[in-house]
Amino acid sequence: MAYTKRFDGRKFDEIRAMDAKVGVIERATGSAMFKMGNTIAYAAVYGPRDLFPSFLQNSTRGIIRCYYDMWSFSVTDRKRPGPTRRSTEISKVSEAALFPALRLGAFPNTTFDIYINIIQADAGTRTAGINAAALALADAGVPMEDLVCSVAVGKVGDKICVDLDKEEEDFEEGATDLPVAIMPRSGKITLLQMDGNMTPKEIKEALTMAKKAMEKVKKVQVKALRDKYKGEDKK
Amino acid sequence: MNTEIKALAEKGHRVDGRKFDELRKPIKIETGISNKAEGSAKVTWGNTIVLAGIKMNVGTPYPDSQDQGVLITGAELSPMSDPKFLPGPPGPAAIELARVIDRGVRESKMIDMKKLCVREGELVWTVFLDIYPINNDGNLIDAAALAAVAALKSAVFPKLDGDKVLFGEFTKTKIPLNLLPITCTLAKIGSKIVVDPCLEEEKDFDVRLSVAVSEKGDVHAMQKGGMVGLDISEADEMIKLAVKKSAEIRKVLK
Amino acid sequence: MGKILVEERQLVIPGEELAEGIDNLPGEGAFREDDKIYSLKVGLAHLDNRLMKVIPLGGKYLPKEGDVVIGKVVDITMHGWRVDFGWPFFATIMLREGSREFIPNGADLTQYYDFGDYLAFKIIKVNGSKILDGSMKVPGAKKLTNGRLIEVQPTRVPRIIGKQGSMISLIKDATGCFIVVGQNGYVWVSGGEPEKQLLAIRAIKLVEKEAHGEGLTDKISKFLKENS
Repeated sequence: MAYTKRFDGRKFDEIRAMDAKVGVIERATGSAMFKMGNTIAYAAVYGPRDLFPSFLQNSTRGIIRCYYDMWSFSVTDRKRPGPTRRSTEISKVSEAALFPALRLGAFPNTTFDIYINIIQADAGTRTAGINAAALALADAGVPMEDLVCSVAVGKVGDKICVDLDKEEEDFEEGATDLPVAIMPRSGKITLLQMDGNMTPKEIKEALTMAKKAMEKVKKVQVKALRDKYKGEDKK
Repeated sequence: MNTEIKALAEKGHRVDGRKFDELRKPIKIETGISNKAEGSAKVTWGNTIVLAGIKMNVGTPYPDSQDQGVLITGAELSPMSDPKFLPGPPGPAAIELARVIDRGVRESKMIDMKKLCVREGELVWTVFLDIYPINNDGNLIDAAALAAVAALKSAVFPKLDGDKVLFGEFTKTKIPLNLLPITCTLAKIGSKIVVDPCLEEEKDFDVRLSVAVSEKGDVHAMQKGGMVGLDISEADEMIKLAVKKSAEIRKVLK
Repeated sequence: MGKILVEERQLVIPGEELAEGIDNLPGEGAFREDDKIYSLKVGLAHLDNRLMKVIPLGGKYLPKEGDVVIGKVVDITMHGWRVDFGWPFFATIMLREGSREFIPNGADLTQYYDFGDYLAFKIIKVNGSKILDGSMKVPGAKKLTNGRLIEVQPTRVPRIIGKQGSMISLIKDATGCFIVVGQNGYVWVSGGEPEKQLLAIRAIKLVEKEAHGEGLTDKISKFLKENS
């Protein structure tokens, strides 16, 4: 069946309303909150930290460890507390999405631990999580060559869309979910997953749409970083 | 650092300059933190931030309370809230936190459990209360207990279609509550008793006592922490102070 | 050829373009890619001769040779003391760097610095993350007693010390406290009455919070006077 109008009235290439705040967890080295529509993610970074057991240590550079978790009341059908196979996988791909932007040569034998928690879930949780984590890493003073921006694209019915919400993901006629993350300066993709049914041509179109949508994500991230230090730059 | 907190206390001072019976400020509550939860609340207590959320489902009752609903409380010391909290299953501290909060809610009979019965002996409501700290600056117990009460106070039943819960569809019916317990924690540092220990004070107390109090001033739950003994007179002093301060905390619930 | 794309002390974020061309070199907090220089951090752009730097506004303290820091003695071996100063790895103060006095063989090292003692010491060697040597033989190094330790954001330390130590002297004079500010963001406050110590701590926290503001010295003076 044709998907002629998005459930929430957005344009097909339009991201949901976003909001972000940096430095929300006082005890963390760096932290941030990122909201995409009704999906809310918090991220905290602690590091550099010692690493046990010591065989995990890399003597030439630091490492990162990412832990993604959804809180039990963030979803309609309560999620039992504790790691799941899904959260473990998302932790792994999130780590891979963030790592290429980081320069960890000054921190051999240590780790930066990144905790991503979803407070309210309405699809796109891993993308909101990565957006929050990128901010938290910058807030923590981890050297970064670039930010990391993330959004999910996909196909709902017969239409290619940006930033699917839960209703769209559950679309009766079928939906394809394609989470993407890129480093905006170089345009390089650091997260790429898909589940559903799309032709290679559709995928290329979706990725092009994603790249464009990332500009809006970056704007929100930059503003959040600047807002924390408003007034710091002396003229 | 050990001797410094005790030495300060003996001289009549607290590390953050508060009076011995002074709560941190501000204490704020925000409800509706997650629109997927039947009820949820965020408590900001000084710099401590804790989230509590309620999810509900139906199921079979316990054999010894066939006409009553079920309450299940969980807490996690989320690694994001403190550099000392590491990922993993809940350890003794997290489990204690959950059980202390649960006791305050349960023993005070805060929830009218009989009204959670759908069909006696067959189908009752289960209330899942989950607690997650976002930032630990001390006294997670009181902040979490307050968040739990605020979340329960704002919680509504999901829609029930026959014997099946229509998750995501909410009614306007609130969970039936009898009263609102407030937990107040005190610490004994050296020979001095202080209310609402902050993070630094938690590193060096001799005794900690958490007391759950109802509006009437009745005590419904207590938990002593710390590895030092307590006189009856000291316990009495702490409990009296807890009852007094709980009224002040309760004002935030409005 | 070279072109600076940012103003002095402009707030920049990771990946932001700072300069193009080969005239300038990337300094601390910046890096070069092809013919452009970009920021690695959230911070303030600063051109130091031809070095394009970014002064970070956040993040943990990174140990640097020559810095005087404050730490706690956590271990004593026959070689010296191991000190925790907030880094994932401890600093080692070898026997020969332990004191300006001669330390005889077989001496009881706890008599010099005991477990739990706080020390202001100088970092004299940094090798990777794990090898950090400290010394107590330099001016400014001492054992710290009868006081309190507070932590501040390391990037705020210069502001808390002030030009030529002006800010910290202001606070010391107004409170009568002895204060040592470690580059690692650990600050030691001792001497004076508990109220004065608390006032000093509050003043330091206020500098930390308002570090970027105008007229900070006046603000702190006023705060100290009003709360005496």
